[in-house]
Amino acid sequence: MSSRYAIPLLAALTLVILVVLGKLLPAWCVFLLVTAFAKGLAALGLVLIIRSGLLSFGQGLFYCAGGYGAGLFMLWGGVHDAALLVLAGGLVALVLGAVIAPLLAGYRSIFFATLTLALSMLAHGALTKADFLGGSDGLNLRPPSFIGFQPANSTESVYALYVFACILVVVFSLACRVHFNSVRGLLSLAVRDNEIRVEYLGSSVRRVISENFTAAAFLGGIGGALNAIAVAHIDPELAFWTTSGEFVFVAILSGYLSVAAVFASSIALEFIRSFSSQYFPNAWQMSLGIFMLASILFLPNGIGGLLQRRKKRMKGNKPA
Amino acid sequence: MQLASTILIDGLIDASWIFIVAVGLTLIFGVLNILNIAHGNFYAIGAYVAANAVGIYYSGSNPPMLGLLAMTGAALAAAIVLGPLLERGLLRFFYHRDEIVLVLVTYALFLILEDATKLIWGVNPYYAYEPYSLFGNVNVGRMNYVGYDFFLIGLAVFIGIVLWLGLNRTRSGKVVLAVIHDREMSSAAGVNVTKIFVIAFTIGVFLAALAGAFTAPKISVQPGLAVMVVLLSFAVVVIGGLGSIEGAAIASLIVGLSRALAIHLAPWAELFIVYLVMAMMLAVRPQGIFAPTALRKI
Amino acid sequence: MSVVLEARNLNKSFGSVVAANDINVTVNRAERLGLIGTNGAGKTTFVNIVTGYIKPDSGAITLEGRDITACEPRVITKEGVCRSFQVPQLFLTLTTAQNLAVAIGIAQGQAFSPYATIDDAMAEAIDALLERFRLGDYRDQTVSELPGGVRKLIDIAVAVTRKPKVLLLDEPTSGVAAEQKFALMDIIMSALDSDVTVLFVEHDMDIVSRYAQRVLAFYDGRIIADDLPQAVLENQTVKMHITGTAG
Repeated sequence: MSSRYAIPLLAALTLVILVVLGKLLPAWCVFLLVTAFAKGLAALGLVLIIRSGLLSFGQGLFYCAGGYGAGLFMLWGGVHDAALLVLAGGLVALVLGAVIAPLLAGYRSIFFATLTLALSMLAHGALTKADFLGGSDGLNLRPPSFIGFQPANSTESVYALYVFACILVVVFSLACRVHFNSVRGLLSLAVRDNEIRVEYLGSSVRRVISENFTAAAFLGGIGGALNAIAVAHIDPELAFWTTSGEFVFVAILSGYLSVAAVFASSIALEFIRSFSSQYFPNAWQMSLGIFMLASILFLPNGIGGLLQRRKKRMKGNKPA
Repeated sequence: MQLASTILIDGLIDASWIFIVAVGLTLIFGVLNILNIAHGNFYAIGAYVAANAVGIYYSGSNPPMLGLLAMTGAALAAAIVLGPLLERGLLRFFYHRDEIVLVLVTYALFLILEDATKLIWGVNPYYAYEPYSLFGNVNVGRMNYVGYDFFLIGLAVFIGIVLWLGLNRTRSGKVVLAVIHDREMSSAAGVNVTKIFVIAFTIGVFLAALAGAFTAPKISVQPGLAVMVVLLSFAVVVIGGLGSIEGAAIASLIVGLSRALAIHLAPWAELFIVYLVMAMMLAVRPQGIFAPTALRKI
Repeated sequence: MSVVLEARNLNKSFGSVVAANDINVTVNRAERLGLIGTNGAGKTTFVNIVTGYIKPDSGAITLEGRDITACEPRVITKEGVCRSFQVPQLFLTLTTAQNLAVAIGIAQGQAFSPYATIDDAMAEAIDALLERFRLGDYRDQTVSELPGGVRKLIDIAVAVTRKPKVLLLDEPTSGVAAEQKFALMDIIMSALDSDVTVLFVEHDMDIVSRYAQRVLAFYDGRIIADDLPQAVLENQTVKMHITGTAG
């Protein structure tokens, strides 16, 4: 089976290209890619949930948990190594996700979406009141080191961060890609298509959903931690519903079949935001909204899979 | 005792305007099957146009009481312009898509309207305090309340009754209920679904704008209103059960009272008490208070 | 003959509708049972109670002597009672082979390793099943694009991946043209292992008399006849209420 090696090879090649590309691009662009990668990782997590037929409007909760996890590990724990910080952020989110997941796994559609939204807004509300965590202003972080390497200037720092982000992106993309092709990956789609049949084959739908949600939380935490050390700041806005809204947008725009599309969408969104806030400072939300509408309208294939399956399901499940 | 009645009355006042917004959201969801994230923007736009209308109306020597009509007219005008424009000009192009996509479309609309509101009315606050003194003051026990607030409660009750009667006791209302119940069936039975969509959406927009218009005298009208309002009405609709007027009424009371409780007893919890209540309610009744759970036929 | 499945005094009402009225059935290993009755007579309710989708108001189901009445469908499935559905319950956006892969994966417990792909052994198992159910031509087609009769077969194929002790087929030939029903039943019956106990709901009396060794006739939530096919079909009550051929 050559495909067993094709995917890791492609991943390695992508990593090399990305690392070289980072040397050629201007610093602002490289930095923008880092934040896009951070958000893309969280959106990739959301894709895992979407594959089991649910939409979370609270992925920001884990993005925030990852950010605070990494941030506090740095400020209180005195750890500055990026890899350790990101791991810490991911684990904090993972634990949080594993605790919440069984509670959420019984809910569907809009109730799942609004409950996740509610939990995320709860965290947002609590953090704005938590003065020891900086309240609504949040906390500033210090520059990280990279496995012993301490960047000497900001250019070096941005590039080191970028290479680190690229490694994270490629590793987790590879993991997700292989998972999507696996039987367990198909089982997620099976849950989305027909929960009754999954139960009648002897598998637990709640368990599938819980596992996917927890994995998504982990990815959200990794993304949040990466974002936190990149912008050297954490605040409650990370858990605000608009943050989650962006992940939803990126995940829906990219569809649930392609891993690369998630990062492409995330990069596109970051560029639009960056440009419009620069050129239309009073209307950047509006440009973002118009971009969203346009992409939903003109790129139905980006979100095609999701739409098609609903149509088919409706047609196929009519009682005889 | 004093505190209890204060909480109760504050809660009722809060519940009244929340109900007016949320019942519009639940109507749109019930008929069009859209969870409209931009609903709060209609509230905000209603508040702005009412503030403008109040400014103009009270600058002349007009009878003060009729200022309420000017506010209603402003909200109605906003709804008549925005409702058909957005439903026909935007939303209908996405009806054949997944409901998740429709939620995203309204999210995009939310972003667009946020900035559009800022571009039109700027970022400085507007005040429309004149109508707030129309009904004088009312004493309850030793506490002094503004009469206008009780007027708001009356308005909410009035709107609730009119909507309920309109849906359950009129011919066209029953047609709307039929569409809520089974869209394809009603369409096959010759119901003009398109017309009902436009009208229901416009009424939903009007209710949001009306709530904005009538709360405008109580608050400073400024950016950020939409977010707060849409999240509140989301909570109400989810607690009450999607598409249920009775549910929206009871859930508004729950939300209003819990907010009042938080403000008086635990001010730090004001920001998130609603989400806490919502999460707790969903844990007890996953489909909301007024939604029956049905076993899927296999 | 050993008893594999037993239903004792099952009762179930939905409001004023009595869907199961003191149902008593004993099923022996490797028996082929036909369940007949008009719509709403209680056949599907019986299947749903046995497989745990509906809990009876009273009464008990035992599988090889173990009480499974209170178990979830998932647990009952694992115990060896599998089923197909009147409307096939499949994964419509997946291909036929992927549907079977998920079923086999769950049956073998493989599905819970996040990275295990369809290996050679599983591919062989899939192909063998496809062969048995004559589904080879549809291997890589998305299920939503396949005709109803093919979906019926896939629905049964995924149900047997666990090698069930008892297999319940809810109207396996409904929605299929009359002249194709026998062909479909031939495929199904030849694909099943001979030691599996089969209960199938069927409206076509020719199919019932050909493929069932024993028939349960349902009327108004009760079992009004339980006998050999020929005896049941000649029963006057059955003729009056179900087959409509009474004098």
